[in-house]
Amino acid sequence: MPPADAPAIQHPMGRRPIVPVRSFASINEQITAITLHPPYLRNWWIGILISGALTGLLVLSIGWLFIRGGGVWGINIPVNWSLAIINYVWWIAIGSAGTLISALLLVLEEPWRNSLNRFAEAMTVFAVICAGIFPIIHLGRPFFFLWLFPYPNVLGVWPQFKSPLEWDVFAVPVYLVVSVLFWYLGLIPDMASLRDRATARWAQVFYGLLALGWRGSVTHWARWRRVYRLIAILGVPLVISVHSGVALLYAVGQIPGWHSTIFPPFFIIGAVFNGFAVVAMIAVVLRHAFGLDQLVTLRHLDILGMVLLATGVAVGYCYVMEAFTAWYSGDLYERQTLWDRAVGIYAWSYWGAIACNVGSIQVLWWPAARRSPWILFAVGAITTVGMWLERFMLQTTPLYQDFLPSSYGVYWPSFWEYSTLLGSIGLFFFLFLLFVRFLPMISIFEVAEVVKDERRSQAEGGR
Amino acid sequence: MTQVFSPSADTWLRLLAGLGAVAVAGVLLVAGGIVRSDYVTGVGVVPRQPVPFSHEHHVGGLGIDCRYCHTSVEVAANAGFPPTHTCMSCHSQIWTGAPMLAPVRESLATDTALRWERVARVPDFVYFDHHVHIAKGVGCVTCHGRVDKMPLLARAEPFQMQWCLDCHRDPAPNLRPSEEVFDMAWSPQGDREALAERLMSENHVQTAHLTDCYTCHR
Repeated sequence: MPPADAPAIQHPMGRRPIVPVRSFASINEQITAITLHPPYLRNWWIGILISGALTGLLVLSIGWLFIRGGGVWGINIPVNWSLAIINYVWWIAIGSAGTLISALLLVLEEPWRNSLNRFAEAMTVFAVICAGIFPIIHLGRPFFFLWLFPYPNVLGVWPQFKSPLEWDVFAVPVYLVVSVLFWYLGLIPDMASLRDRATARWAQVFYGLLALGWRGSVTHWARWRRVYRLIAILGVPLVISVHSGVALLYAVGQIPGWHSTIFPPFFIIGAVFNGFAVVAMIAVVLRHAFGLDQLVTLRHLDILGMVLLATGVAVGYCYVMEAFTAWYSGDLYERQTLWDRAVGIYAWSYWGAIACNVGSIQVLWWPAARRSPWILFAVGAITTVGMWLERFMLQTTPLYQDFLPSSYGVYWPSFWEYSTLLGSIGLFFFLFLLFVRFLPMISIFEVAEVVKDERRSQAEGGR
Repeated sequence: MTQVFSPSADTWLRLLAGLGAVAVAGVLLVAGGIVRSDYVTGVGVVPRQPVPFSHEHHVGGLGIDCRYCHTSVEVAANAGFPPTHTCMSCHSQIWTGAPMLAPVRESLATDTALRWERVARVPDFVYFDHHVHIAKGVGCVTCHGRVDKMPLLARAEPFQMQWCLDCHRDPAPNLRPSEEVFDMAWSPQGDREALAERLMSENHVQTAHLTDCYTCHR
């Protein structure tokens, strides 16, 4: 028992060590070894072949779309916006968690982020790439996508700056650039570690080029830290702007079921929820596949589970408020859309979303469930499916029966829409497997920083 | 450990990064230049015609009015292309044996139209109406150039949307009194601004909807 006047907790998170204390060299050794002497190469090749084949399917689907035109999709009046936009919103939402874990938690100085940020950032970059495909291919004439950008053209016209569609044109590329920049900046010191440990000539040159001559001098670190924080502070508002922009694509329209002020916060919460679900899945798989349970600990999974639970409850609140607003508005069409959602032909997407996103997460109230990797994985997978169903529901139900009964219509996605979705998932895994193979999936020096803090707090007798 | 890179590696990296930035900027500038070039717009390009008809000779030299051949320019969307009979209204009397005019005589004899190449072309999705432009006081020269100085006809303006919009956004400086519309050499005398304002109100040129999409794309 410490004396009553002694500070009970030295470190903000010091009740338990976040990662077990060990030597810096052993951390360095363990993480660089995965890259330089990859284990399970055979499984990696199997994975890259499968995901490569799916990426081929994506290329094929887009090629067919470009050759034959938008008619290969199931969209038509009245449902003229569908899977392409659903997939876009879904992917961009998945990307949000990387920025939040990396940038927001960096600024807030939450040390537990340091085991998760690298692969979460990679996930963000790849998810934004997958998302970015869809707005381009959903255009009637995709080869004119450059007209979306404001540049001095021979048409003499500018894009409509008052439209959320145009805001997205800015928000998404800026988000991608800042995400890539942040990811790469964080990689630089680790690239130097890999350069110094690599024995193969190609690896020395490859990592050496990426390390940009990093020598780890105090000047380097001071400048690096300043830039890293600056980009982090830039990144956080971008999550808000990107997902508000996406939400306003809907909310600015006068379609019942879309025209609601709750949309921007609803989409941001949904994005964080979805993003953390995917981070949790990736964390579970990586720690299992590469024996990283000393770096991505049960404590990390516990925190991820708590974030998932908290954001999931908030998503549930948004569902309730959506229904309440529709009822409380007294507007016939709003109520009709709510009714169509609950009992219409797409009711499976409504109840599926509620069951997956609000129902499945209830298990996370139990600490044992949060600390069980495979339960957490299952919840992550179910909510990822659930969020896709939610996008489907939000997208389709207001369109298929709007104001005029004469313009009602039913939409079912065609094979080529599903194949594009499947292909984009393949592309994500393809890029992620390349990342796992060639770049350190956990930030070496940032984990070492956490260990240093743990050591200090132990030495000071805080615990 | 041996050195991975030579001492000059850093310089090379900086040089390549700089060149990359210059290359990107260069590609954009060149692309912007190409789409505005005569090569793309066709300004000054003389297409091969069945008969080397000279506007310089007929308009500049002989002083034939535009409307003698382009008969519907004041009343229809299309200015009207002269049938072979119009050519023959003179050439049945003069230059009747000229080898240059053989295709015209053959056209009349066989009753098949001459296949002229269009010089001033707007795309299919543009609804262009000659008669309203004439009625509001836009001179032929404004779009077609000094055809009275062209031995062989070439496009005088780029006919890109930017060029259309330049005038639709600010038509006043391009208006002339209605009696001068067909004059090739007219230039404004006196107070240019007062004239422009007078013509805007006299001709009832309403700018409010002049740049709406549906004005030209229907």
